[in-house]
Amino acid sequence: MEKKRKGNFSPMEYQEGMEQVSSDILGKVMAARGSYQPEGYTGQEVERALQAQNRTQEDFAALLSPAAEPFLEEMAKAAWAETKKHFGNSVYLFTPIYISNYCGNHCVYCGFNCQNRIHRMKLQYGEIEKEMAAIAASGLEEILILTGESRTQSDVAYIGEACKAARKFFKMVGLEVYPMNTADYRYLRECGADYVTVFQETYDPGRYGELHLAGAKRVFPYRFHAQERALLGGMRGVAFGALLGLSDFRRDAFATGMHAYYIQRKYPYAEISFSCPRLRPVTAASAEDGNEDGSAAAKWEGEHEVTERQLLQVMCAYRLFMPYAGMTISTRERAQFRDHVVGMAATKISAGVSTGIGTHSEEIEGQGDSQFEIEDSRGVQEVAAAIRAQGLQPVMNDYVYV
Amino acid sequence: MEKDKFMLGGKEFHSRFILGSGKYNVELIKAAIGQAGAEIITLAVRRANSSGAGNILNFIPEGTTLLPNTSGARDAGEAVRIARLSRELGCGDFVKVEIMRDSKYLLPDNQETVKATELLVKEGFVVLPYMYPDLNTARDLVQAGAAAVMPLAAPIGSNKGLATKEFIQILIDEIDLPIIVDAGIGRPSQACEVMEMGAAAVMANTAIATAGDIPQMALAFGKAIEAGRAAYLSGLGRVRESGGEASSPVTGFLRD
Repeated sequence: MEKKRKGNFSPMEYQEGMEQVSSDILGKVMAARGSYQPEGYTGQEVERALQAQNRTQEDFAALLSPAAEPFLEEMAKAAWAETKKHFGNSVYLFTPIYISNYCGNHCVYCGFNCQNRIHRMKLQYGEIEKEMAAIAASGLEEILILTGESRTQSDVAYIGEACKAARKFFKMVGLEVYPMNTADYRYLRECGADYVTVFQETYDPGRYGELHLAGAKRVFPYRFHAQERALLGGMRGVAFGALLGLSDFRRDAFATGMHAYYIQRKYPYAEISFSCPRLRPVTAASAEDGNEDGSAAAKWEGEHEVTERQLLQVMCAYRLFMPYAGMTISTRERAQFRDHVVGMAATKISAGVSTGIGTHSEEIEGQGDSQFEIEDSRGVQEVAAAIRAQGLQPVMNDYVYV
Repeated sequence: MEKDKFMLGGKEFHSRFILGSGKYNVELIKAAIGQAGAEIITLAVRRANSSGAGNILNFIPEGTTLLPNTSGARDAGEAVRIARLSRELGCGDFVKVEIMRDSKYLLPDNQETVKATELLVKEGFVVLPYMYPDLNTARDLVQAGAAAVMPLAAPIGSNKGLATKEFIQILIDEIDLPIIVDAGIGRPSQACEVMEMGAAAVMANTAIATAGDIPQMALAFGKAIEAGRAAYLSGLGRVRESGGEASSPVTGFLRD
């Protein structure tokens, strides 16, 4: 599965060792995305969607359309009310820990991609614990474990050890690693993982093939069904996300919402959440040198730039369509934007973030390069204070492991 | 009214308002309890499980009876484990069983709730099961040894009011345990109405947490619940079906 493959196989073709689950969700989501015409909606349909008690797929489509742009203020107010009803004024804090940046994929937009000559590093078991201890000392009780997508450099057993270590320091453990089979997820659940995040990046299979040139990630359906396998493996929750800007963001956001919607219908107990990353413009300096400032920002410029207003429109549309879903606001966004969207649409925010390897503990020698540049470098106390200043309460944990 | 007391798990309570503690600033809990005149407060064990300064237990005044809930449990086994953890954390023997297998509406799973109630009663807990108002389930909960039955008025957090009114009335009429109406109550007037119907107590959280002034809304709920209770005890006046007294009664043909 790990062998570097040229992009000469179809992205729809499963590779050896990849489990195929029986599911009709891919077909449904592709059909919904295929028939979605964002330009076809009117202000009247947006108003109806805003006023609806229980919002349908059509309402969601209208809220994501260009016709909804003039209604952003109304959408934000409605989203705020829904967030308050379902989450009160709680805002959950967490931080990601990058334990390895080895990657076997060639994703043209990503700083970790296997063609980028960055400083690769993988934390040893003792180092993982040191990093986690340093993070736990900041008061955080939830952690998200990330790796580059290399099944040989960071195998399931290695990730399992990281989960066991995380269980010692944290109350809630998330995973954002390469997609794997049901049995692997079941093992990681036993090791202490609670939820799994997998970004589909784009739900446009043609575009997906152009952007993911090599590696296991090139297989579109295997990635698509990851959430389902994670739930079959016993995970409590799953998170969805499209990297907005890789393709038409409205249609990708629509597909993301429908993916989550169909998973919730099939697995009603699953805790559903969204992540809302967008592609940030690449600066001239970082485009010239992938290692500028220790960051490996990719030399890649998107064609479908998503503005801050449009990002907020997507977040509000997710909230109004699935009011009970969790939502994480990315560290790629500036602090002021993040502070205002928590409580309004987002429910979870990272703090004290570093996307590099071994950067939390001072005892670790040498550091691996980071995946992308972060816009909000504030520590836990600073983020907590900003949340309080908005009349919200920072919550470190709302979960009990049973 | 002064003698109107309410027994739960061998304890005597005078307030019939059970206050929730989720979804609003922990710093406001004390004021809300004070204004509400509440003696019982619910809290999620998962929020009491925190080691940091945000642990909700640090904000609950002495003398308040804790009613920890098992929210997050998806089956009876998980509910039992959360209840045991609650006891270990020093939250006492009261437990509100909440079991959900649905992340969208958070509707309780009645079958698993009956199972968990049986198991927890055997372990000496005072069990208050949150349930969908179904008469057969309520009878099973009585058999299982529940201390009260807590039917929902509407989905949790919805503030939609007495969507299950007729079925709650059936439970009030047929079940000998206290019926505590929980979830979905959105306004003080709805809390008042369900107390007039004969509910033993009302539990509210979101309606207060989403209000502009939380202690003030807690006060309003407290008064509404008292008013509804007083009306129930006094016996509600009759309601005429159509307008005033009929001038020509249908039995007017009778001679003697």
